[in-house]
Amino acid sequence: MKIHEFQAKELLLAAGAPVPRGIVVSSPAEAVKAFDQIGRPVVLKAQIHAGGRGKGRFKDSGKDFGGVKYIKNRDEVGTVAEVIFKYPLVTKQTGAQGQKVSKVLVQDAADIAREIYLGMVVDRAVGLPVVMACAEGGVEIEEVAARSPEKILKVAVDPNAGLQPFQARRLAFELDFKGDEVPRAEKIMHALARVFLDKDCSLAEINPLVVTPKGEVLALDAKMTFDDNALFRHPDIEALRDENEEDAAELRAARSGLSFISLTGNIGCLVNGAGLAMSTMDIIQYHGGSPANFLDVGGGANKDQVTEALRILLADQRVKAVLINIFGGIMKCDIIAAAVIAAFKEVKPRVPFVVRLEGTNVAEGRKMLEDSGLNLTPATDLTDAAKKVVAAAKECLHRPG
Amino acid sequence: MSILVNKSTRVLVQGMGKAGTFHAIQCRDYGTTMVGGVSPGKGGTMKDGFPLFNTVAEAMAKTGANATMIFVPPPGAADAIMEAADAGIAVIVAITEGIPVLDMARAMRFLKDRPCRLIGPNCPGIITPGACKIGIMPGYIHKPGPIGLISRSGTLTYEAVWQLSNLGLGQSTCIGLGGDPIVGTSFIDALQLFQNDPATEAILMMGEIGGNAEEKAAEFIKKNVTKPVAAFIAGQTAPPGKRMGHAGAIISGGSGTAKEKIAALRSAGIGVADSPADLWVTVKKALKV
Repeated sequence: MKIHEFQAKELLLAAGAPVPRGIVVSSPAEAVKAFDQIGRPVVLKAQIHAGGRGKGRFKDSGKDFGGVKYIKNRDEVGTVAEVIFKYPLVTKQTGAQGQKVSKVLVQDAADIAREIYLGMVVDRAVGLPVVMACAEGGVEIEEVAARSPEKILKVAVDPNAGLQPFQARRLAFELDFKGDEVPRAEKIMHALARVFLDKDCSLAEINPLVVTPKGEVLALDAKMTFDDNALFRHPDIEALRDENEEDAAELRAARSGLSFISLTGNIGCLVNGAGLAMSTMDIIQYHGGSPANFLDVGGGANKDQVTEALRILLADQRVKAVLINIFGGIMKCDIIAAAVIAAFKEVKPRVPFVVRLEGTNVAEGRKMLEDSGLNLTPATDLTDAAKKVVAAAKECLHRPG
Repeated sequence: MSILVNKSTRVLVQGMGKAGTFHAIQCRDYGTTMVGGVSPGKGGTMKDGFPLFNTVAEAMAKTGANATMIFVPPPGAADAIMEAADAGIAVIVAITEGIPVLDMARAMRFLKDRPCRLIGPNCPGIITPGACKIGIMPGYIHKPGPIGLISRSGTLTYEAVWQLSNLGLGQSTCIGLGGDPIVGTSFIDALQLFQNDPATEAILMMGEIGGNAEEKAAEFIKKNVTKPVAAFIAGQTAPPGKRMGHAGAIISGGSGTAKEKIAALRSAGIGVADSPADLWVTVKKALKV
């Protein structure tokens, strides 16, 4: 789960990391008021989860600025804020439709002498959380990692002991902090590690961490993602969820215990198991089609889940054909066949369906589908299923009307 | 022959709830020696023919168990893994899906100096066809034979097993590594075990997007594996930044893509199936039969 920048900064501040003074506002009028309160030049920062805000643009606004805008004069605040609240912000991560902005962080524009990258993730290769730092801040760390990996400093953190003072100290010196900056930087590193470990983050980034001309060290921007599997023990983090930022279909699927991801193609997929679901998408593409979604109904899907899954698939008007691919293991084919038949009666599909059943009780399952009189095309194996559904989708596209 | 589990494996079940009990029965029906369950507070009672114990240590002392299958729900699953390791269980199979990543990081530290092998979590388990099934896979699709199978996924493994068994290509052992970011057994661990197993003649490894375990495996194979290896990578069509069902299946910052993994495997001379329907073709090519 992702949270907004201002929420991440509140968590960091509570853990002892200094952040620039900022006020969260929900309207242009409030933005002007916040400007007056801060009484210095500010940066208006659109609060959306997607990255690339600064380089993004407000769709159809005709304006040439992005979701992070420096403002010196009071007159500008209202007009800029109006654009931010009115038009969706399109960044490289939002998709072409953009994301509506409902909150803006009005932040004291810090004077910057130096920018540094500081982040923390779980390193899968070592099986431990690691703090990453780079003297080149403000840029995308992935780009640095690709270009000059030796510039990224890493320390592995024992999840029981936490980040140790010597580790933070070493990083601070290696990042070339001087004098009083050293303990200030260490303090921010400890705050970052504490939030990460206490709140089960999967990613926490301060990018950039800045040094001001006066030698203050501040978290200028912050980004956090949390381990969905650990949210059960963090109701405070769960409360920060912003459903406006999440894909409506994905959210709806999650409520029924389904794992669903929207894609851009026109062939709906309903599969059991994540690996088989990905492979089903792959084989559709391999045979010239394009998957509309990833959908894993899990190992023990029941009639209600299958019905909801079909509803979600068919709610997408781009879907021209659907492939149901089930390898019955523990989930028996006759059970899934019964669920599909029951779901069909409720959902009344408007597009062709191809069904491939294999595994436990497959003969019974296939016979049930055949006897149901429903308009389902059976497939004998994966290739057959993929070819049939790709052909069905193409035919549907070419049909007039 | 096989890896890790065989006829002499004696299996406990931790977490004798609905799913745990169901699968304990399924494993017993397959012919696995299931010696009991651990259900704190219910020690001394029986459930569906299984004696229950309060702790793993007690269960081990009384049954001679040397393996365990864990179904404990996510909040207590890492603890269950550590309890098994502390008691001295040799093979720990964690089926549980949804364990917090940091819990696993802590558990892995705990396991580091203990002589045990953790498989999973979030995995279908491990099976030596005809001898021992510890997990939730449908037993009947498997067939004893020479192919060692390693996978990060469940149903995709069944698909592969099905294709192989239908062609008469049986399996020495099938091992599901699990779909989480931190798992106990890596591709490299499993490859090494199969390389050392005289009954395994060829290996099929099935990876997916996320992390770089497949790239590391490719390097390892080049240097250390003399047996033929075939591969498949799921998620060629997966978009970046999205978690594809498995907690570990995510392309982050442009790395962990199927394309990179396939390229790494191919450059190590490993045949990679283009289509998941052709897993068997790739295995046959690797075996040169």
